[in-house]
Amino acid sequence: MVRNSGFGENVKLAFRGISTHKMRSFLTMLGIIIGIAAIIAIVSTIRGTNEQIKQNLIGAGTNSVTVSIKQNDWDYEFDWMGIPDGFYPVSEDSMQQIRELPGVRSAARFVRRNSSSQPVSAGTTRLDGCGIYGVEKDYFDTAGLQVVKGRLFGDVDYRNFSKVMLLDRSAAKSLFGTADPVGKTVEIGDEAFMVVGVIDTRSTFRPTIETMDDYYTYMGNSTPKVYLTIAEWPIVFQFDEPEAVMVRAKDTDSMTEIGRRTAEILNSALGISDTSEKAPEGGDEQNIRYKADDLLEQARQIQDLSRSTNSMLIWIAGISLLVGGIGVMNIMLVSVTERTREIGLKKALGARKRRILSQFLTEAAVLTSIGGVLGVAVGIALAYVIHFVAQVPVAISVPSIIVSVVFSTVVGLVFGLLPSIQAARLDPIEALRYE
Amino acid sequence: MIIDIKDLCKTYVNGEMEVPVLHDVCLSVDEGEFVSIMGPSGSGKSTLMNIIGCLDRPTSGTYLFNGEDVASMTDDGLSDLRNRGVGFVFQQFNLLPRETAAQNVALPLVYANVPAAERERRAREALDRVGLSDRADFLPTQLSGGQKQRVAVARAIVNDPSILLADEPTGALDSKSGEQLMDLFCDLNRQGMTIVMITHERGVARYAHRVLLMNDGVLTEGDISGEGGIK
Repeated sequence: MVRNSGFGENVKLAFRGISTHKMRSFLTMLGIIIGIAAIIAIVSTIRGTNEQIKQNLIGAGTNSVTVSIKQNDWDYEFDWMGIPDGFYPVSEDSMQQIRELPGVRSAARFVRRNSSSQPVSAGTTRLDGCGIYGVEKDYFDTAGLQVVKGRLFGDVDYRNFSKVMLLDRSAAKSLFGTADPVGKTVEIGDEAFMVVGVIDTRSTFRPTIETMDDYYTYMGNSTPKVYLTIAEWPIVFQFDEPEAVMVRAKDTDSMTEIGRRTAEILNSALGISDTSEKAPEGGDEQNIRYKADDLLEQARQIQDLSRSTNSMLIWIAGISLLVGGIGVMNIMLVSVTERTREIGLKKALGARKRRILSQFLTEAAVLTSIGGVLGVAVGIALAYVIHFVAQVPVAISVPSIIVSVVFSTVVGLVFGLLPSIQAARLDPIEALRYE
Repeated sequence: MIIDIKDLCKTYVNGEMEVPVLHDVCLSVDEGEFVSIMGPSGSGKSTLMNIIGCLDRPTSGTYLFNGEDVASMTDDGLSDLRNRGVGFVFQQFNLLPRETAAQNVALPLVYANVPAAERERRAREALDRVGLSDRADFLPTQLSGGQKQRVAVARAIVNDPSILLADEPTGALDSKSGEQLMDLFCDLNRQGMTIVMITHERGVARYAHRVLLMNDGVLTEGDISGEGGIK
């Protein structure tokens, strides 16, 4: 079969033809190279962002899942709606069950409020729209948070109901600017707390997106957070508020399952069946229950966003490939004219039409494929330049490389078709006479 | 009979004008014959040559090649016939400049789907038959005119064609190289190769067994000097 089609022969001829006109071939390829390089670079940066969101947000970073009280799919805000009927603090028994779930590394209870009910301030500086957290000691480790200044809460703080507070980086910056917040005082409502430390998801700042918060920071709409011990929570808010639970899985794959089963344990402790998705007909369709954050869904939304903003760039790269293809067609027409005599001779010696056609098609395809391979190389280099200059994460995708090379071959076949047909149709007598 | 042409006419259409080139040509060539066709330029001998070589089709009349009707053949059929049945020798050699002598000679075998190793062997064998085995790896630019034409002859015979078709083979050669080429043709003919040659040189035509004259599209048996056949 291979011998019959003369494919190997054609490829050899194509390489010889291309190497005979190196400069011309390179200039012809340039359009393809630019187009493919642009596509590879764009796709790599899109994928880089997506991969990081996926890997670090969903998993590899902390593998933390928040299971909180939700009404339908929205966080149930105590500030607006008060504590829902029938909800109680999470029992130690439930926590034990959660910690014993397969794949769970740690679990911690926490309460969450919004500064709209109790203003947070340091002196005259108010911190609007911040989240106030009352947390168990294990919370920080479970959520993958680290102390970057000062210290975390200690057992003593819980025993003594110490009026201590931790700030996240965003809250520290808003309240104290560049000054060191450790040892300073922050008020929630009328109560004063001493800042003992600053926490963050990482100990050093990196301009990469690894969590939802990073993403919101990146987008300029992150929420600052302040943390109290769960023991001192009733000083500002209420006793016996129902908590949310942060669970940390050992690996990414079990996160969804652990989130689901944690919610199940918490709901069943409250006598809420997990099977009845909607409340019975009529009545108040409250549908309030514990539910795990669907991180996958959130990640998908971010990915869609970056995808749509970049799809336009892909179109532009596509147009550049089109222009490159027209360049290939042009140069192939020149090549056919130049080699008219050769084509005539080959026909006289018994080359069939199809043979001539495939020779020129192969040459066009080899030309654009080389362009495609070079384009991939340039694209990867470009992606890394973008990575270092613009601090955007990149991830080279093997499928996009394969698709690019295949696509560039297809461009060669499509735009080489017309010149190849012209070559195949040459009249051998005329062609042999051509000067 | 290798070539059997009866009442063959060829008319070219040039715009609205019909230009008759060949008139009722009859020609038969037997196996082992060496025939030359003589005539001034514009007499239609090249057109006849193209038809004999299956590069062109007649307007009317019949042409049987080895008993097969050429008129009914498909384009691919004609390609295969040229590949296996006909060996061309052109005035201007028509060697591919970037290929070695052996590669040039092997070209028809490429289209006959002969494996590469065998192509190489047969190409060198053919070069040996034309006395150029020591030039197999030379490029055409490194060869003299006479050598180039012998490479072209090797290419023509490499696929064992039924007929060797030569169009003014000595036209681009000096007289000594021309004589050597004719000696080669005679050798090949003695070995059984059927040859049809076009020329306008009397001295060259004389090497053939039989000389035909072409004048204004009419072919006649010629007697250029009364003595045909091999010199």
